[in-house]
Amino acid sequence: MTFSILSAAAHGGGVPAWAMLAYLAAGVFFILALRGLSSPATSRAGNRNGMIGMAIALVTTLVTHDIANIVEIAIALAIGGAIGVVVARRIAMTQMPELVAGFHSLVGLAAVVVGFGAWLDPQSFGIVDAAGQILAVSRIELGLGIAIGAITFSGSVIAFMKLSGRMSGSPIMLPGRHVINLGTLAAILGLIALYTVSPQGAAGEGWMVIAVAILAFIIGFLLIIPIGGADMPVVVSMLNSYSGWAAAAMGFTLGNTAMIITGALVGSSGAILSYIMCRAMNRSFISVIAGGFGADAGAGGGGGAREQRPYKQGSAEDAAYMLEQAEKVIIIPGYGMAVAQAQHALREMGDKLKEKGVEVKYAIHPVAGRMPGHMNVLLAEASVPYDEVFELEDINSEFAQCDVAFIIGANDVVNPAAKTDKSSPIYGMPVFDVDKAKQVFFIKRSMGGVGYAGVDNDVFYMNQTVMLLADAKKMVEEIVKSLD
Amino acid sequence: MDFISILSIFVLACFVGYYVVWSVTPALHTPLMAVTNAISSVIIVGALIASAEANSPIAKYLGLFGVVLAAINIFGGFAVTERMLAMYKKKEK
Repeated sequence: MTFSILSAAAHGGGVPAWAMLAYLAAGVFFILALRGLSSPATSRAGNRNGMIGMAIALVTTLVTHDIANIVEIAIALAIGGAIGVVVARRIAMTQMPELVAGFHSLVGLAAVVVGFGAWLDPQSFGIVDAAGQILAVSRIELGLGIAIGAITFSGSVIAFMKLSGRMSGSPIMLPGRHVINLGTLAAILGLIALYTVSPQGAAGEGWMVIAVAILAFIIGFLLIIPIGGADMPVVVSMLNSYSGWAAAAMGFTLGNTAMIITGALVGSSGAILSYIMCRAMNRSFISVIAGGFGADAGAGGGGGAREQRPYKQGSAEDAAYMLEQAEKVIIIPGYGMAVAQAQHALREMGDKLKEKGVEVKYAIHPVAGRMPGHMNVLLAEASVPYDEVFELEDINSEFAQCDVAFIIGANDVVNPAAKTDKSSPIYGMPVFDVDKAKQVFFIKRSMGGVGYAGVDNDVFYMNQTVMLLADAKKMVEEIVKSLD
Repeated sequence: MDFISILSIFVLACFVGYYVVWSVTPALHTPLMAVTNAISSVIIVGALIASAEANSPIAKYLGLFGVVLAAINIFGGFAVTERMLAMYKKKEK
């Protein structure tokens, strides 16, 4: 095996040594970009590092290639850039999950497009042997890159539609879907293998690549439709991971270190986030992917199986009175807060209480919201300082010393059944110990609805619980008025 | 670069990714996803190559299309990350 840094033979043929170093530098800047996110204080510098890395990669590519059509490329960049910036400026923070899903779909589609570009013009990508045939290893990389890209694309489109409400969030279950999925997956791998061994220009060679893309589009669609709304944080993380692997596969094809490093970073990032989300729901990754969670929530809830139990209902004035008497209040926001857009009113309430000398903390469950960290962003948007916001493990021991637990738009994450009821679908999920707080206020639209898991919640009926049945935003605004 | 060198970089980068991502604070998981979106669009390098070296007209237009897609992600991803990160503030004291 001969290796010369100056003449890169097979992969990325003709790329000069300085360009390879530049791509390596870009990769290092991307690592620094993620490293910066270890704390909000360094995060913005991290983001700038990401931009620098991207600029290096872009300029290096443009300089080292024949850029006869620089005008067209500039126009394409300008169009994409303008769309990106406008969308980024206008998007509401509550819509972040769907925006991220939409972005994932673009990465996937771009990978498919690049894969086909490399397949049509292999010379430019430096993936041909002396006889002008695409190398076997490059065929595998191309096939996998196109397949992963296509799965990412169609899967993310479905996730986007479910998250933005363009499609129902409830799982759609096809009969025999596991057999269909595994069969499709086997067909994709078989076609890639067949493509790898068939000579260039052989009958049907082109159709194999196109068939791989089409089947992968289909399986991406089939994989996501049976997954319900509550599992969306896992799905968004998983698609994040796939988009990384798609970029890595294309990096292999091009022998480009920037793409390989980025692909590995993004791939592991998504995988770790998926793991954190699964752990926070005490569910295995396989059971999430198999789908169907929460499918019978509607049917079971209305069946009359649930007994009517007595609960206390309170008003905004009651809540305001108790809150201002408290020494320590812990607020638990959930997806319902995002839906009601109550985060700004909530922060006002927090400010009023702090003026009155009450200690206010926010507690966030890892799966609160529709994507990892969603609640943190919404609270940050409402100018809640990040050092008042705590993770589950860090704050759970404090409920025993707190006077009021204030639950707004959360449900399953405070359900004690997760700790005690082995038959509950959420058994084993780590939850907030709100039952230890002296007083619980629970904002909920009505007593009818149950959480995504479709299970009743004993917290509603506890002695120290007062239900505040109203729209979250209106209720909090009334509490704020009563606090004056 | 030969396949083994590329694979070595990839495997080591996976380990770097593992440790770097575990050190990301959970409060910033949403910006993490947005910025990974932006950087994974470094795939634009491939789209630029396809569009720049016009040996095949279809490849060229596919490449240009890829440039548009990736550019949306790059600019949009970094911009929205910046917007989110600017909102994270410490307590004023």
